[in-house]
Amino acid sequence: MKPQVLTGDHFINGDEACAEGAIAAGCKFFGGYPITPATEVAEQMSIRLPHVGGTYIQMEDEIAAMTSILGAAWTGVKTMTATSGPGFSLMMETMGLAIVTETPCVVVNVQRAGPSTGLPTQGSQGDMMQAKWGSHGDYEIIAIAPSSPQEMFDLTIIAFNLSEKYRTPVLIMSDEIVGHMSEKVVIPDAKAIKTVSRPKPSGKKAGFKPYRPGPNGVCPMPSIGEGYNVHVTGLTHDERGYPVMSVDTQKEMMHRLLNKIRNNLDDIIMTEDYYLDDAEYVIVSYGVSARTSYTAVDMARSMRIKAGLLRLITVWPFPENIIRNLAKRVKGFVTVEINMGQISREVERCAGSVPAFGVGHPGGAIIPPEDVINMLKEAF
Amino acid sequence: MKNKSKPDVPHPLEDLVRMDRIPHIWCSGCGTGSVFASCLTAIKQTGIDYRRFTMVSGIGCSGRGAGYINIDSFHTTHGRAIPFASGIKMANPDLNVIVFSGDGDLCAIGGNHFIHAARRNMDLTVVCINNFTYGMTGGQVAATTPFGAKSATTSAGNPESPFNLPLLAYAAGATYVARWTMLHSRDLADAIKESILRKGFSFIEVLSPCPINYGRRNKEKALDALRKYQKNTIVKNGANPAEADIDFDKGVILGKFIDIDKATCDESYRKMYRPQETADKQLKTG
Repeated sequence: MKPQVLTGDHFINGDEACAEGAIAAGCKFFGGYPITPATEVAEQMSIRLPHVGGTYIQMEDEIAAMTSILGAAWTGVKTMTATSGPGFSLMMETMGLAIVTETPCVVVNVQRAGPSTGLPTQGSQGDMMQAKWGSHGDYEIIAIAPSSPQEMFDLTIIAFNLSEKYRTPVLIMSDEIVGHMSEKVVIPDAKAIKTVSRPKPSGKKAGFKPYRPGPNGVCPMPSIGEGYNVHVTGLTHDERGYPVMSVDTQKEMMHRLLNKIRNNLDDIIMTEDYYLDDAEYVIVSYGVSARTSYTAVDMARSMRIKAGLLRLITVWPFPENIIRNLAKRVKGFVTVEINMGQISREVERCAGSVPAFGVGHPGGAIIPPEDVINMLKEAF
Repeated sequence: MKNKSKPDVPHPLEDLVRMDRIPHIWCSGCGTGSVFASCLTAIKQTGIDYRRFTMVSGIGCSGRGAGYINIDSFHTTHGRAIPFASGIKMANPDLNVIVFSGDGDLCAIGGNHFIHAARRNMDLTVVCINNFTYGMTGGQVAATTPFGAKSATTSAGNPESPFNLPLLAYAAGATYVARWTMLHSRDLADAIKESILRKGFSFIEVLSPCPINYGRRNKEKALDALRKYQKNTIVKNGANPAEADIDFDKGVILGKFIDIDKATCDESYRKMYRPQETADKQLKTG
């Protein structure tokens, strides 16, 4: 039996680091379904969860895997699943249920190249827009993009914390390259790891309104069996959790769901700057593509091109204000990502009249820094 | 002012109903309410603290059950009540988890989850209301619609054959399989109670009329259906599920078909993966 936090230096891949991050964050339930290149997350969770009194179950498909973690979450535990593109597509309907019922959970997408079965063993960042818009209806989602096995550990803990704090699914948008890359991962002392648990109700149980929000727009969440007698539905519901098929109820529910994210952007959005202070050209990147973007900045600087990097650690909600503020003083943006133009559109939208281009790739390989340099030279 | 039409003596099941959600949405002549009442009766008769129950429904007319029961209850997406319930059960095995939903929800769109939960012997009580159609959406053909029957999408009759649900459940590994009709409310309540008190995947099919969307198209008035449930059924406990095809001309077999003792999914998981806890628990309870 190993402890919850495996303090020490490890040489492990990103998928395994993600699993260790989940265990360290207090995850107690994983509903899985095997899919390359996310399988190692499930394998590691199946080994580690029993050590901490948790449960692994392999479900019959990704729909069931995603649904099982919602059921488990309502018993009061932290839950997770992990998948890749095809499974992510299957999870989309249930993602909406998680959002509207405000069920905390963490979903890992170790992205591979699509569409369809695509390149199962090769990396991509092609699901970034699906992460935002894949389930029907309007919603805000939190998605974070780790760039290294170390971040697969660190950001998984943050994903759980955000998920619990805001009672919403949080997506870890990794990719095959980071997932299968082995690097040094330093796991700190258990005491140094900050974990957050969902807000709990207190006071009278009779007449309890499960969807009456607290001060930050988030509702305290009871667990099954605590005597609150809650009803939870995917239908549009009022503060009692009861279905009400009215425009007013829809408005009220939607505004609260959107605003609990939109009103807390400073707390949710994480970015990293590299040579941004005096930059004239901003490379925007995230996940594995950010790794080569650092090199691109170094190469550009050696050529006396004033380039800097804005690395998006949080991709959704999109850091609009940061881009808008940069647009006031820079000459151009280049977004680097392994897809044919997804986040680059968001950057373009926020850049206003400042030229914004994308360096894309259809998937299966890392974007070489030379491509970024070529784009900088060509465009500007 | 006190509502004069409200009787002073409360209904015996009132403590289990969200009275502030009544009236319910079920049509006149629909059988779902009777099945729901049998289910509440069963819960009450177990004598178990209501806080140790939870109900999970999918989508459809019977899927609204979870919205009316006054315990922690979940109205999930179409077809996914069973995996939601499985997550609950595996994360907290002390809870009695009842899945209350319909034939389309559980056995068509949710068919994959249904057979796998049965295979795992997931400790759930699954009450499946079979009204032979998709009632909520207006009476389209279902996986349970009899061959030749008319529906909103089979105007010349159903060209497909229906599932024999007890046989499907048994073949997939269910350890308790029964069939009743909504008319057999006491037998049904007894079966649900027995399912709650036993361990393992318990499947109870309940035949129930949908006069508005099924009966209307098939010349079957609400009371005719009930007469068939009374006259054209044969109670045969221990019957082979393979003989349980639904044919009212021949007589439909009702009763408890299967009741097998077998370790449940959560028991086996804990025994194999968290043996220390199992040992500690045994020590505590003697």
